Amino acid sequence: MTESVPRSLRPFEAIGRRTIGVVDALGRFGTFLGVALGLLVTPPFKLRAFIGRIHYIGFNSLLIILLTGSFTGMVLGLQIYVTLSRFGSEAYLGPAVALSLIRELGPVLAALMVTGRAGSALTAELGIMRISEQIDALTVMALNPFRYLVVPSILAGVISFPLMTALFDVVGIFGGYLVGVELLGLSQGTYFGEMKTFVDMKDIMTGFWKSLCFGVIVTWVATYKGFHVGHGAEGVARATTQSVVLASVLILVWDYFMGSVLP
Amino acid sequence: MIRVEGLTKSFGANQVLRGVDFEAPKATITIVIGRSGGGKSVLLKHLIGLMRPDAGRVVIDGADITRLSGRALEPVRRRYGVVFQSGALFDSLTCWDNVAFQLSETTRLSGPEIRTRVETALEQVELVGVGPKYPAEISGGMRKRVAIARALVTEPEIIFFDEPTTGLDPILVNTIHRLIQSLHRKLHFTAVMVSHEIPEIFEIADRVAMLHEGRIVEAGPPDVIQASTNPVIRQFIRGEPELSAPDPTKRST
Repeated sequence: MTESVPRSLRPFEAIGRRTIGVVDALGRFGTFLGVALGLLVTPPFKLRAFIGRIHYIGFNSLLIILLTGSFTGMVLGLQIYVTLSRFGSEAYLGPAVALSLIRELGPVLAALMVTGRAGSALTAELGIMRISEQIDALTVMALNPFRYLVVPSILAGVISFPLMTALFDVVGIFGGYLVGVELLGLSQGTYFGEMKTFVDMKDIMTGFWKSLCFGVIVTWVATYKGFHVGHGAEGVARATTQSVVLASVLILVWDYFMGSVLP
Repeated sequence: MIRVEGLTKSFGANQVLRGVDFEAPKATITIVIGRSGGGKSVLLKHLIGLMRPDAGRVVIDGADITRLSGRALEPVRRRYGVVFQSGALFDSLTCWDNVAFQLSETTRLSGPEIRTRVETALEQVELVGVGPKYPAEISGGMRKRVAIARALVTEPEIIFFDEPTTGLDPILVNTIHRLIQSLHRKLHFTAVMVSHEIPEIFEIADRVAMLHEGRIVEAGPPDVIQASTNPVIRQFIRGEPELSAPDPTKRST
């Protein structure tokens, strides 16, 4: 108890209590994923819930992916063309746009966009289910809420994130094509031909593994925050904000980690 | 028979349950009364296995459910239904799907059998025709009745009610109480309810237990509780304020 601790030691006690709290939260966060992954490979599988989540996370995010992908490609096309033209290397516009998108910007920006759209909505939905006792109702019906709410979301993230990233990359490359070829006059053959020379399968696989990991991170954070929501509307609002912020930070940190580990 | 022995639960420094002991005999309606924030819902969450006590036992027909977890709890959970305070209907499903959900997920009943059971449950709560509607499209009283139908549909031996009439007008409160009473007479389930609807609950209860400051201060048939000389019970039943409020017409000198 605070009363029994000498005044001089109280700062250390506070640090200790905070540390225990952080370790405890990290433990719960990790256990949450462990339980979900365990259920992911054990029947019964909830196909209807999974298809619903694919629609919720993937299909409903298509428009935002198409929009941000195309404009990202157009901005890249413009900026890289201006830079390369200083060195007379405009021919490398295609590979520069493609490599930037496939290795880095595609997975990261697509994940950030889906975090803002679907991750936040997922946290809010589960948070409302938690405070209105719908998750408790599942539990007392002898049904595991993880199986119905968490596992289908994580699986949908794993499937839909790489697909959305691929779509982001493709529309981004065509955005770069629009600016570089149609507006700035680079030849079509140069744009796509040089791309074929410089982009390897390992670049595509780097982007793929990143997007797969981001799919897990975003749905893991969103469902965890939704399950551990505070009280009332304020609790749901706070959990939703924390979910978006934490998922975004983890995406960027994990991107750096994978970028330095993967070839 | 449900038996609670020495149940204690604290949240940080706040000790909510301080050794709760009570019994709910088979095929009776036992109602736990007490002030708002007095731990009634926490007690119910222990009875339905959603919370683990710091100490004490909850014994349902000889099985201590506080020692069970995960899959071991599932057979026990299949024996009871729960009507939550808010109804806790799944808002993405229609009323029909809400009632049918547990049957279709936990039993091997055929489609026509499930349809018959759902129709019967909705008839029992006098809600024929609301099946296709979503919970957001029906009134609060109807939502409570759908929640009761959802608890009934698996034909459980025990039904727990967490303040099933909260937020309803006095007419609906009586309607829901009469409904619970008539269903109980027909189906003979064991009912445990937490409520603070005084005096209405005395008309439907077989046993009443008063929870105060984390302990059951008295339990017995409704007439015994109503005639109790315990000042806490008398104050609660009569709805007297805890401290005598100062007379606003008198000016302080």
